[in-house]
Formats: sequence, C-alpha cells, structure tokens
Amino acid sequence: MTEPLLQITDLQVAFRAGKTDIPAVRGASLTVYPGQTVAIVGESGSGKSTTAHAIIDLLPGTGHVTGGSIVFDGRDITHLKRREREAIRGSQIGLVPQDPMSNLNPLVRVGSQIKESLEANGIAKGKAADKRVVELLEEAGLPDAASRARQFPHEYSGGMRQRALIAMGLAARPKLLIADEPTSALDVTVQKQILDHLETLTADLGVAVLLITHDLGLAAERADHLVVMYKGQVVESGPALQILKNPQHPYSKRLISSAPSLASQRLTSQLRAEVRESSVKTAGEIAAEVVAEDELLGGEVTTAVVEAKNLTKVFKLPGGAPGRSIDFTAVDDVSFRLRRGTTTAIVGESGSGKSTVARMVLDLLEPTSGSVEFDGIDITSLRDKKQQLAFRRRVQPVFQNPYASLDPMYSIYRSIEEPLRTHKIGSDKEREAKIRDLLDKVSLPSAVMRRFPSELSGGQRQRVAIARALALDPEVVILDEAVSALDVLVQAQILTLLNDLQAELGLSYLFITHDLAVVRQIADDVLVMQNGKVVEQATVTEVFDRPREEYTRKLLDAIPGGSIELAS
Amino acid sequence: MPDMTPLPGQTIYVAPAADTPLEETGTVDTSAPPEGQWKEAWKQLRSNWIFWVSAVLLVFIFIVVLFPGLFTDINPRQAQLSRSLEGPSAGHWFGFDRQGYDVFSRVIYGARASVTVGILTMLFVTFVGLLTGAIAGFYGKWTDTIISRIADVFFAIPLILGAIVLLSSLNNVWSNRGYWGGVLAVVLVLAVFGWPQMTRIARGAVLEIKSLEFIDAARAIGATRRSNLWRHVIPNSLAPVIVTATVSLGVYIVAEATLSFLGIGLPPSVVSWGNDIAAAQSQVRSGSNLHVLFFPAGALAITVLSFMLLGDAVRDALDPKAKKS
Repeated sequence: MTEPLLQITDLQVAFRAGKTDIPAVRGASLTVYPGQTVAIVGESGSGKSTTAHAIIDLLPGTGHVTGGSIVFDGRDITHLKRREREAIRGSQIGLVPQDPMSNLNPLVRVGSQIKESLEANGIAKGKAADKRVVELLEEAGLPDAASRARQFPHEYSGGMRQRALIAMGLAARPKLLIADEPTSALDVTVQKQILDHLETLTADLGVAVLLITHDLGLAAERADHLVVMYKGQVVESGPALQILKNPQHPYSKRLISSAPSLASQRLTSQLRAEVRESSVKTAGEIAAEVVAEDELLGGEVTTAVVEAKNLTKVFKLPGGAPGRSIDFTAVDDVSFRLRRGTTTAIVGESGSGKSTVARMVLDLLEPTSGSVEFDGIDITSLRDKKQQLAFRRRVQPVFQNPYASLDPMYSIYRSIEEPLRTHKIGSDKEREAKIRDLLDKVSLPSAVMRRFPSELSGGQRQRVAIARALALDPEVVILDEAVSALDVLVQAQILTLLNDLQAELGLSYLFITHDLAVVRQIADDVLVMQNGKVVEQATVTEVFDRPREEYTRKLLDAIPGGSIELAS
Repeated sequence: MPDMTPLPGQTIYVAPAADTPLEETGTVDTSAPPEGQWKEAWKQLRSNWIFWVSAVLLVFIFIVVLFPGLFTDINPRQAQLSRSLEGPSAGHWFGFDRQGYDVFSRVIYGARASVTVGILTMLFVTFVGLLTGAIAGFYGKWTDTIISRIADVFFAIPLILGAIVLLSSLNNVWSNRGYWGGVLAVVLVLAVFGWPQMTRIARGAVLEIKSLEFIDAARAIGATRRSNLWRHVIPNSLAPVIVTATVSLGVYIVAEATLSFLGIGLPPSVVSWGNDIAAAQSQVRSGSNLHVLFFPAGALAITVLSFMLLGDAVRDALDPKAKKS
C-alpha cells in the first residue's frame, strides 16, 4: 500500500484582525497520494486558496495556522522553521500561481527567472542551468524555447507566461505541484491547451497535483479525487465522478445544478423556449406602444429590434515614426439581427472585438463604417441631442465588473435614480415607488436602498446594475460579460433572473460573453467572433449540435467538463 | 477510472449538514446601519490615535488663532527695552526678546499669520489644482497636453526659489502691503508654485476613475460629459486630493516661515513666527539667550507636526492601500 504524499488533518487557519482571529479554514482534512490529481473546489471565500497556501507557508498578511497538522512525505511540516520550510518550497512542493500577468518580474528575462529557481534549489549552476532552462521551457510546451528564454515577460502572451510559470514550478522536480486557479485568467481555448499539457507532463513525471479551482466541471474532468469546500469547511470529498453523479451534501448538489457546463441540455432548451415565447409576445405589444408614443424618435415595429449592417471599427494606434499611426481593425464587417424579444449572444475570446460591437450598438463609440439600425432608425445618424436622449432610453447596458459598474459614492437609491433624474421622469415620490418596484423585480429587499455598493456582494451589485438598466423601461439591454465575474452559484441566479425579466418585460438582450457554456441557458441566436470577424452565425441548437466551423468546435471542446455525461 | 476503490483517507466523506448550514446565496446583511465611503473613512479615522493627537493640538491652535486675547493680555507690540533679552519669569513665561517684546505674547499672536497663510494657500492650490487636473485628465488630448506642460514649467521651479524671486520683484511694485496685503502676497506667490503638484495628483486620480465602467454606464443613460465630470469623476477623485492638501498644509506654513526668515515674506510689522525667528538670528550666533529662538521655533514645529500627523491619519483612512502594515 502506498503511503500518502500529503496528509492534512483538521487544519485551522485564521487571519488576525486587531486582537481577534477570524477563522478562514475550519477543520479541513484531505489526502493526496503520489502521482494523483486532487482538486479543491469552492466559491470565492471558501478557503480553498488559503488551505493551499498554508501547505507552503505563503499565507498572505496576518494569516496563520492555528491548529491541525500538515504531513508531507511522512514529515510534519506544520510548524517548521523558516529555513526548513524554504528548503521544501520549490524543491519538494512547486507552485503555479493564479495570475500569469503579475507573477513574473517584468524587468528580468524569463529564462533568468527560471534559472534563479534552479540555482536557489541547488539543482544546476551557470551554463548547465541555462541548458536546463531551455529544456524545461520546451517541456512546458513553448516552441522555440532557446530564443524564448532570452525574452522578457511582456513579449509573452498570457498562455505562454503560464507555461513559463509551469516550467518554473516543475523546475526542481517537486513531488507535489500546487496549481492555484492556474488558468482562470486565460481564454478558454488556451486554458484547455495548458491544462492538457499540465496533465500529460505531470503524469509523465509522476508529480502529484493539488488543483485549486472554482470550476466544478474543470475539476471533475481533471482530478481523481474531489474536495468541496464551503465557508472554510470541507463539506464533501470523494472520487470525482462519484461526487458529480451522486452528490450528497446540499452544497455540492447546489453547485452541480448551477454549473453551466453540466446543466442538462434538454431542460435548458425547453426552459428557454418558454421564456422566448412569452417574451416575443410581450415585446411586440410593448414596442408598438413605445414607437407610437415616442414623438422624438418614432421608428417602426420591425422583427429585428437591432440590426447591425457591415459594422467596422478601425482604431489608430500610435506606432512607426512619431505622429504616424498604425490601423488596427478591431471589428471587421460585422452584421447581425437581434430579433425582438429574444437574445443574441456574441461569443469570442479576448481581443475578438465583441465588446467593441457592444459599444457601437450603445452609441458610445462611432463605427468607422457600417450602421446600426434600431427600430428601423439609423442611430449613427442621430445627431440631435434630444433624439439621442430618446434613443438612450430604449437601450441600456449592464457591464462586466460588479466592482466598477456602480459609483462607489452613490447610494443604491441614487444609482438607480440617476437615469430617472437625467431623463426628468416622475416626481420624487413616483421615483421612489419606481425604485422600490425595480428592486423588487431584481429580488433585492428595499432595505438596500440606503446602502452603498461596497456593502453589497458582487452578485447583489450586478442586480443593482440590472435594476438601473431597467429604470428607463428599455426595449434592449446590452449585457457585456454581465455574469463573467461572478461565482457559479451567483451566476446561475443572475441568469435565471435575466430569463425571468425577459419573459415578463419582453426585453431583447445582446449577450456578450467569452463563455460558451452559459450561452445555452439564455441565448437564442449565437454569433461567434474571432479577430474582429464573425466566423459563425446560427441558432443555439445549431451551434451546439452541429457547429460548422473549426473555431466553434474548438470553443465547444474547451468548455471544462463539457464532455462529462450526467444522467439526469 | 480503472480503479474505483478509494485509497485510505480518500473514502467518501460528507459533512453533516447540521455543522455546515447553507446560506441562501445573495442575502443582504441588514443588521448594520448603511455606510458610505465617507462614513467608513470617519470610522477608520476615529479609531486612529494619531488623528486624536493631531485633532486636540489643532483645536488648541485654532482657538489661539481666533482668540489670542484669551491667553495673554500683553500687547505683542509693546516694547520694554529695559527688559531686553530678559529670561523667562513669572508673568512672562517665555521671557523678552532683544526689542523688549514679551515672547509669549508674540508666539500667541504670531500663530494667526502662519495658520492663515497655510490654510489660504492650501485652499487656493486645491481649487486651482483640482480644476486644472480634472479638466486635463477628463478631456485629455490637446487640453491635457497644454495644461500638463504649463504645470510642468511651474513644477520645475523650486517652491522657495521661485517664491523668493517673485516676492522680491513684487516688493518693487507693491512695497507697503500692510497685514492682509502681506499675507495675501505670500499666499498668492506660494500658490503660483504649489498648484502643479495638485494638478498632477488630481489628473492621475481622474484618469483612473474615468476608465471605470460606471462612467460608461452614466454615458449610456444619456448624461452629458460635463455632468459626468461633476457628478461622478470629481467626487470619486477627491480622496487623494484631500490627502495631499492636508499633508502640504504643513509645507506651506514652513515655506511662509522660511520666506519671512529671509526677510521677504510677511512685512516686519506683522507679528509672525518667521519674523521672530529671523530676529533671533543674532542670538544663535552669540549662543546666549536662546529662549528668543526656541519658543517661536517650537510653536512652528508643533503646528506643522500637527498638520502632518492629521495628513497621515487622513491618508490611512481614505487610502488604505498606502497604509503601512
């Protein structure tokens, strides 16, 4: 029988605030065997990263272990001296950190940084170390490693940096590699490549991996053993597939039912059809009313509420000689129709131009050529201030970052009131009634009115942002990565809310996302973008069942956990 | 999965649901009263002993500035030449200076000039700097280039050197300024060389704020650029500006004292710490009767220290990132 490589028993970690200890990990236990991949899954604040950092004694700030034991390779390392710990770190336990952007020193060549870790662990020196660095980078899957080693981090893409960090983590051939959300900052296709590579590499080397992730699908796909954490406690652990198929703890159950990649396809498409039916009907009625009443803007009730025709945006980037510029085409000849009362999703990786399209539809950015028609009116031709204002009333955005999309100095009440005030709608009394109604629609108690954004969680702020967008009774809401920054559970809640609101109010959504997995739950039509161009345009079922383009297939394959079949 | 039998320590474990109660996702904690950013900052400030030390000192200093008569009934301009350079005694705690003025009385009355110059300069600099910085940062492009380059020109001239040149040339055209004229001249001259620092701070803060999503959200609502600047951008950029203003207050008080010491700041008729320190120069050289120098210099040091401490405390409260752990 093999001995466990890592055994954590009843671990307690706390952060000191003033004179009191605030517990972050409460009695966590887990076991990792040599060569095994074990995943810790949990939402933000669950204590998963804290547990991992306690193992290598890299707890941030005032964090410290208050109880329990960590046994690594038959040796208790819970209370080692600093020097002894440093000897284990790197050589015995490697770490691949979360953010590839901030974890490489921008002033030092990548090769030198890996060399440093080789020399620090006394593995190789001088010329031999240089040679080893190239081997390690090659091993991590970097093409042309010899010349890459001489480059600086800014010359690397995000994926390449993560490969360099993997090379660094594995430089000393540790027995255990801790990978803390190693790919959550990367695009899905890159994420898959990196994880595939990490998997084969660690299998070849016989390195055990402790994978920290918030993504249940990813964990289930990559790990043998799963540890689910919630509020600092382990709520369930066991073989990955067994937990996935037959979760016992209510939290695991909730997590699995919320994971977009694992949701049952039949159920979601049926739900979606119901939403669409009700929404399209309401949208038609509302549009007829709005168009008739709006004397300034007018328009007509067309089947497509928004129609983009040959949208192109060219940015001028400074470059070449002083005063010269290079043309960069962010959006290249994009055309689509958003049918009234439905959702069109624009899917693409970072840099695909999807957000630029959103900004042009919102008239926050002027297209270089092409046009956007809204209710049959060309919005690029609206240069009259009053008409512009009338247009604003009918199209509203919800942005990605719940921490930046609300003015931190405005109370929730003022935030939601701002659009009403700007458009001079209603008296103070009427506005308050409207705000109460809006908060009710997004399922927030009216008690949050007097609170400030900093007092709310990410999901709650996003609800407030939605309430603000709905304050002017718009026909179209542009959701720019509106659920991307949220935990799975919160994400699922917001998606449900968006669906409910659509069915009730007949809204049309333009849903911008990098995550194909959530698309199925909310969209009817899909636009796949790559490098500013539309590569595929079809209905959701077509895209998921019969993708025509190679790139779409790649995106679909990259959905973590997408391949796992769940009996439902 | 070829091998489905779990290894020891990896058997299925389910925590008892009673020990790990599930919370509804997205509930709002309504137990505590609502708190905005300023209220939060005040709470932080309140718990900082540095703030209380500086606050007590400053309250005392302001009482001295406003009601000097409460502390002494001796006229600071009444000379008793017979008691020139006499040491501290009962009724004349700080002794007499060379002219036979009561030092205690002069220290008390001198506070007004120093504090007034400091506060007025700070207000001027903040007003001009915030406005120019916010406009430069928000509108960008040519506006930014022009404002920033002009600021750079002034920034390149050292505060004291610039003030000396400007004040001495001002003396040629406006020599007899009186009390308030004298104060105003020093304030304006210091402000001329002080504003670029504030412009830079405000511009930086505005650049950061204007890229945030709530600015775009406000634009999508239909808010004009100007209302965006006043309603969202400037209020959110205030924190670093306030911090810089409080810290620089002490610097301006020192600058006034330096200029007066050099004989070109406040006119000699104005009772001020800088002038008294200048008058005590000869005692420094002779090395005797140092009380003449010690008391005004000490008062100056304590005042500057109080403002600096307040600035530190305010920074900790408004900008927790800059706080040393």
